[in-house]
Amino acid sequence: MARMKFICDAERCIECNGCVTACKAENDVPWGVNRRRVVTLNDGVPGEKSISVACMHCSDAPCMAVCPVDCFYRTDDGVVLHDKDVCIGCGYCSYACPFGAPQFPSNGTFGLRGKMDKCTFCAGGPEANGSQAEFEKYGRNRLAEGKLPLCAEVCSTKALLGGEGDVVADILRVRVLTRGKGSELWGWGTAYGKPTAAPAGSKPSGSKS
Amino acid sequence: MKTAALLMLVLALAACSEKPQQFGGNDRSPAWDGTKNGFAVSGWTPGDRANWQAQVNARAQNQNEFQRIGATR
Repeated sequence: MARMKFICDAERCIECNGCVTACKAENDVPWGVNRRRVVTLNDGVPGEKSISVACMHCSDAPCMAVCPVDCFYRTDDGVVLHDKDVCIGCGYCSYACPFGAPQFPSNGTFGLRGKMDKCTFCAGGPEANGSQAEFEKYGRNRLAEGKLPLCAEVCSTKALLGGEGDVVADILRVRVLTRGKGSELWGWGTAYGKPTAAPAGSKPSGSKS
Repeated sequence: MKTAALLMLVLALAACSEKPQQFGGNDRSPAWDGTKNGFAVSGWTPGDRANWQAQVNARAQNQNEFQRIGATR
């Protein structure tokens, strides 16, 4: 079964913000909301690293756990989505999320805080695939078009990888073996769990996805 | 009087830019069911999960430059 995941290769990200721009344009994201952001650590210091951060569609998503109206759901591909018709905009998910993914537009009447908005892995929402209603609420549904998230597809250095977990992990593994460094994946363990420690000599018991 | 009327007009029209919100239903059809919006790429059959999976995985290989340039790895 497919299990969609993002990987950001900090050795390659050049902080161009192409992913951020592509996401905003493709999904018609409202003012004040950035579904994806580029974060630079040790900015200005030699050896600084940048990573592109959005919803990681966690295996055990804390936003799903804390939502008081249970508006989140997970697709069969492992993408964590939410229903804006159910969301009450309480903001609990934004406190729970370790990646700062949930965003709240304030462009409603009188500047009211709106319903939560976040990365959908370009998988739309609960409305019919590719419908106008789906686009207006959640943006494009590229997965239903046989495509992958635009942020990953547009990345000029291919630092940001998106797709089935096994496939993108294999792509990164070859890179790491070739260059001999940079195997650390920030956020990967938080989002998808770490392999469980097994006694010496036994077969690892961690599941693949 | 004129100022009051103007103020009333502003208040009365304040929410006119608010988009109507409609309940969107609960379709939640899977991605491999495809879409009818005309933007779908060819090469796979909507409704066939394995076929969709193969298409998405093949597309993911566009992110693999070792494969794109025909490197040995």
